[in-house]
Amino acid sequence: MFPVKELKRSALTSLWFAFLTFPIMVVKVDPIERVVSWRWDNMFFIAFGSFVFSILAKVFIIQKERRASKKKQKTISEPLVQRIVREPRFLYPLALACFIFGISFPFLFSTYQTNIMTTALMYVVLGLGLNIVVGVAGLLDLGYVAFYAVGAYSYALLNYNFDMGFWTVLPIGGLLAALLGIILGFPVLRLRGDYLAIVTLGFGEIIRLVLENWNDFSQGPSGIANIPRPSFFGMDMTFAGGITYIYYIILVLVVLTIFVVNRLQNSRLGRAWLALREDEIACEAMGIDKTKTKLIAFSLGAFWAGFVGVIFAAKTTFVNPASFTFLESAIILSIVVLGGMGSIIGVVIGALILILLPEYLRALSEYRMLAFGAILVVMMVFKPGGIISNVRRNYKFKGLSVVEGKNNE
Amino acid sequence: MDYFIELLFAGLTRGSIYALIALGYTMVYGIIGLINFAHGEIYMIGAFTSFIVATVLSIYGFPLLAIVIIAAVAAAVWSSAYGFTVEKLAYRPLRKAPRLAPLISAIGMSIFLQNYVLLAQTSDFLPFPELIPEFAFMEPVAHIVGSSDMVILVTTAIVMIALTCLIKFTKIGKAMRATAQDKTMAVLVGVNVDRVISATFIIGSALAAIGGLLIASHIGQINFYIGFLAGIKAFTAAVLGGIGSIPGAVLGSLVLGLTESFATGYISSDYEDVFAFSLLVLILIFKPSGLLGKTETKKV
Repeated sequence: MFPVKELKRSALTSLWFAFLTFPIMVVKVDPIERVVSWRWDNMFFIAFGSFVFSILAKVFIIQKERRASKKKQKTISEPLVQRIVREPRFLYPLALACFIFGISFPFLFSTYQTNIMTTALMYVVLGLGLNIVVGVAGLLDLGYVAFYAVGAYSYALLNYNFDMGFWTVLPIGGLLAALLGIILGFPVLRLRGDYLAIVTLGFGEIIRLVLENWNDFSQGPSGIANIPRPSFFGMDMTFAGGITYIYYIILVLVVLTIFVVNRLQNSRLGRAWLALREDEIACEAMGIDKTKTKLIAFSLGAFWAGFVGVIFAAKTTFVNPASFTFLESAIILSIVVLGGMGSIIGVVIGALILILLPEYLRALSEYRMLAFGAILVVMMVFKPGGIISNVRRNYKFKGLSVVEGKNNE
Repeated sequence: MDYFIELLFAGLTRGSIYALIALGYTMVYGIIGLINFAHGEIYMIGAFTSFIVATVLSIYGFPLLAIVIIAAVAAAVWSSAYGFTVEKLAYRPLRKAPRLAPLISAIGMSIFLQNYVLLAQTSDFLPFPELIPEFAFMEPVAHIVGSSDMVILVTTAIVMIALTCLIKFTKIGKAMRATAQDKTMAVLVGVNVDRVISATFIIGSALAAIGGLLIASHIGQINFYIGFLAGIKAFTAAVLGGIGSIPGAVLGSLVLGLTESFATGYISSDYEDVFAFSLLVLILIFKPSGLLGKTETKKV
């Protein structure tokens, strides 16, 4: 089954990688003590590992090709998940089960687990927010974390300076972020896709750098501490109680977000976004106001980020600029793309995987980010549509076959 | 006046380094329309390779000139090898994928390479050996322009001229221009597009490696994270000049370098990066395709 030619190629691959990783993996110098250590065992591992990997990849590709050639003869079937979603018989019980599991989560697991789950759910909302911008409207935003930062800092600062409570700031934070989205979006959204990406990236960096350097305003890199957790009708809560409470707030927000995004996607506006993603000129010709539609997408995405930002500040009770680096934007973007752009379930699953997996891989904590990067690449290479790719809503005309039959007669 | 000239040269030096990295971005973008996010990491690997090679050689007592040449060659070779491999593994399978897929793949590659160097080497800042000596003939102006500034400027100029010649007069350069114009047409007239793309990555990576060597010996220290900011700045410069255009990348880099230098010199050094990105936003608002970029006509 496995030809010798392929084996030879794999051997060459492993040689190549041994050469490639030689200076970084094998040599380690100490410039102060002036000693060189040669780690030849690393070279062996690399060579062996890349040999095995290249064979595995080859096998995988061969099988994929075989499956693809088989599939062509059959009609393309809808993915399983998509079918479940479409069928109310499956969808409602499943959603109910998820919801019950979500509600009972703090009772089933420890405070620590609940805390991690809260983080994951925050990323679910962030992912869904960015999904509006990137997945649905097709605007590549690499500075999404800026809006998240605005939300977090608006709670921190308004609380610090004016003693405002969590529930007052929650809408304000969202609105401020949305406003910023509009202010930024107005000049920027005229740009072509890739320029938009770099400008948003630059903007995200500007926000972070301003927060870091403007000491009088944001207390610089040391950040703002002692942010109060949200209150529940003035009741005092234990530490664990507070965490559970925030968990429920974010859970409600997740449900709300899923509901809103779902309704939006099938609305007139949502279809306008999709059309805009596919072809801007054709879209304008159909009478869609390009700038307005883009701005709405941009500011709506920002709004959710601002919301989550406020919750983030309340959850950690501490904010500083280091939480809002480009890596954060990259992670949120990865959630959207890995899950499947435009697909709500995909984004939810993507967020849970990307946030929970590293948490439970703490044992391998050193290799977390390495694996994270590798997974992104492998995922894109083998499944560029994401885990659950979005299938366009289409309408089937039931009477079609009858009409055709009549025409034939 | 001295201060002005000092800032001018500092800005030009900075700009030349950006240019060496930005060329890689702009060449890749011109040919396959991809923002190669991992390019900053290629530059970092170039700096690391030259650091390792130079330190090892200096421990074994090689003369300075030999160290410089071997370190530069090693950095260029290994960076090119990385660039080639990254393209082959992470971008080539995605040629026909949706536009965002290769970008995510590139971000993943960037994170991967950063952590690879972090794990294989160290997270500390490492002192980079001084490869560029203080020249005697620079003595009278040394308080304004350092020797390393001069070396960087001259090296960059030579590299630019060589690159221009390569693209204008050689066969591979012609093939690159053809591929950038129209990939399908290039295939039809017998250009091996895969090979041209590989060559682009190799050339871009080698340039970035030389930039890495120069800047590392200029600043005097490196760590695994230097690629990120340098990469973003260089990309900013490429966009500023009009991405896809080679003279644009050089011009954009010089404008960016000078802006940063003067803004930090005369206004405040805290907001160095803010100036860079603000400049980018301003230019893109008034000239959305960059300084020398061509405006594309779009058709439905």
